[in-house]
Amino acid sequence: MASRRRLNLQLPSFRNGVHPPENKDLTSGIPSRRLPFPDEIILPLSQHIGRPAEALVKPGDRIERGDVIAQASGYVSSYVHATAAGTVKSIEHWPHPSGNMQPSIRIEVDPHSTQLQRPRQVPHWDEVPAEQLSEEISKAGIVGLGGAAFPSHVKLRPPEDQPVDVLMVNGCECEPYLTSDHRTMLERPEHVHQGIRIVLRALGISRAVIGIEANKPDAIEVMRDTSPDDLDITVQPLEVKYPQGAEKMLIKAVTGREVPSGKLPSAIGALVQNVATTASVALVFETGQPLIERIMTVSGRGVRNPGNWVVPFGTKLGEVIAACGGLTDDAAEIVFGGPMMGQSQASMDVPVLKATGGILVLSADECKRQDILPCIRCGKCLDACPVFLNPQLMGALARVDRFEEMVESNLSDCMLCGCCSYVCPSNIPLSQLFAMSKIQLSRLQAA
Amino acid sequence: MSGSTVKITAAPHVRSAESTIRIMWSVVLSLLPVIGASVWFFGPSALLVLFATVAGCLVTERLFGDRRNSLADGSAMITGLLLGLCLPPGFPLWMAFLGGVFGIGFGKIVFGGLGQNIFNPALLGRAFLQAAFPVAITTWPARTADWWALRGDNLALPFMSPAATDAVTGATPLGNLKFGDDPVVTPLLDLFLGSSGGSLGETSALLILLGGIYLAIRGHLNWHIPVSILLSVFVFSGLFYALGLSPFTPWFMLLSGGLMLGAWYMATDMVTSPVTTAGCWVFGASIGLLVVIIRIWGGLPEGVMYAILLMNALVPFINRATQPRKFGSKKAAAEKEA
Repeated sequence: MASRRRLNLQLPSFRNGVHPPENKDLTSGIPSRRLPFPDEIILPLSQHIGRPAEALVKPGDRIERGDVIAQASGYVSSYVHATAAGTVKSIEHWPHPSGNMQPSIRIEVDPHSTQLQRPRQVPHWDEVPAEQLSEEISKAGIVGLGGAAFPSHVKLRPPEDQPVDVLMVNGCECEPYLTSDHRTMLERPEHVHQGIRIVLRALGISRAVIGIEANKPDAIEVMRDTSPDDLDITVQPLEVKYPQGAEKMLIKAVTGREVPSGKLPSAIGALVQNVATTASVALVFETGQPLIERIMTVSGRGVRNPGNWVVPFGTKLGEVIAACGGLTDDAAEIVFGGPMMGQSQASMDVPVLKATGGILVLSADECKRQDILPCIRCGKCLDACPVFLNPQLMGALARVDRFEEMVESNLSDCMLCGCCSYVCPSNIPLSQLFAMSKIQLSRLQAA
Repeated sequence: MSGSTVKITAAPHVRSAESTIRIMWSVVLSLLPVIGASVWFFGPSALLVLFATVAGCLVTERLFGDRRNSLADGSAMITGLLLGLCLPPGFPLWMAFLGGVFGIGFGKIVFGGLGQNIFNPALLGRAFLQAAFPVAITTWPARTADWWALRGDNLALPFMSPAATDAVTGATPLGNLKFGDDPVVTPLLDLFLGSSGGSLGETSALLILLGGIYLAIRGHLNWHIPVSILLSVFVFSGLFYALGLSPFTPWFMLLSGGLMLGAWYMATDMVTSPVTTAGCWVFGASIGLLVVIIRIWGGLPEGVMYAILLMNALVPFINRATQPRKFGSKKAAAEKEA
């Protein structure tokens, strides 16, 4: 602990934030293994931010692994590919990790298939115009794998008046427990670098910075050792602090500049891509493989064998848990994503999606909740908020339904990182209140 | 998994180990050395007075508090202890009890309980006692050789005038220097260690400092407040002393009276202090200035209580004026918007 603090002292970071217990050693040393193909794959048409994809298949269709089964339905949308060979069973509403039912393509997996990917023609990345790269990335269904699942090709076309001059590659992985980005950097560093090379070419720039929290010294070393000599790539160790991996926090740490409120990172010439995203970009141009699987962490003290797995999207939660030895007796909560921003799951039938970087099964001890006490105005939430809001005041307003006044408190700048809820000694669910307030406010404004 | 129960909760799914209850009880814990010292210096009288104020607070909280089990959070306990610690050792117990009742009843519960009050309940209780019983609260018994003897008139019956004249009274260092016929400067070391006259818990600056630093390290006390108060008192009293307007040296100012207890334990009450760091500095510096002004020019020897209560009233305005600058905006631009 003391050495970590000393290590942290000289490292760049952002102001405020929190230090939740990392719990990464449960899985950080476990190499990723491939999960067996399940009997059934469920692929929701909406696995990304933006409009849901349009299904291109109908029940009864035979499909191979890697086939396009749904196409982007607009600019901010994404393609969906079959993650296993088999037969389309139906297109119906199915439990979605976001908590509702969403149209999904059900595929009965062919147990006799070799599950080889159908060959796909992809142009050589170095021989096509830069604009075509982002089109190929779009067709491969690439979305940001850091958690938000924003279609990557949109980011690669920044506004004309806001040229990007530096690519930030996000290897922070600041959420506790998660080690999927860590394993990606250790196991596939050449893919991460090749992806960076392709993204740089798509943007027409030459400089990239890889930001990695200092709790992953092995990843920092590997990324440094494997970085190509002909590119201007810096590997920047960063302080271990949540939410270091949030776009704005990463940019602040690396460049010292704040992205103006309400603006995109391109407003100050930066663009952020997750390491796992760049690795999957590399794969598109190497083998033609679209985004159909990723490394995800299965961790927490509620699962018997935590580990890192390469999981085809659409595999049901129950199958993944079963492959990890099942739940322990005191398992209490299952979360998609990290413990700070992830979503609780209510069904073992929900499929894992492109943005699912981890599945946490928390034991009763790990997710204890205590009674909510009155706010004592200790101010700890103000000292934790990475975007310098006043959660104390906003929480008080939200609890009496004064949503419109929260606009003045800059509710729109809140990124729901959860730091305020994490530190609140009275256990007031602040970030939950703010998530609700955002919804209520958009309803009020729509009305 | 036990049965088929699974929790569905909103993020974040993990919480820090910090809790309001833990903060409150660690404040109580940090006060133990100060309480011990008060018993050492003032004998059984100290325990009796503390017992009376704590009883007044707990009984009132239990009877009128609107949350179930609101005694468990420890806040009424703190109010009782702090109120007791700023009373003179010979204080009649029935008055002390009444001070506790008033502090919790009118200082906290009428506002809506924990977290809702504007004024520090302990100080409000003391302000009430100061108004109601001005003689008793400024009667400072002299040191006795017999540790077991009661200091003053603890056992006076309600509504009977305390027989204060019977007791040998000694002056406090502040009163001595300000109003004494023959002004005496109490040695600084006595003030620091606590072997001077005064209220129960206000005499030993050393032990209050230790408790305060312990709380600050644990994150249960906002160090910006005591530091800004003490700095402000030091600077302003130094200025006035240098100008020849004040009989008090800055060091004497820092170590005497209720300043240490006030700065570390009263002003830092989370409920009644600003939430912003900038606000804490404004709050602390203003308290310091008020303390110096009241001590030098006021009609009372001590001004910490009124200084803090006055600034408590201004906390909502301080909070509003010191809202943090949101990420990605310039301060000037933010002000223009507002």
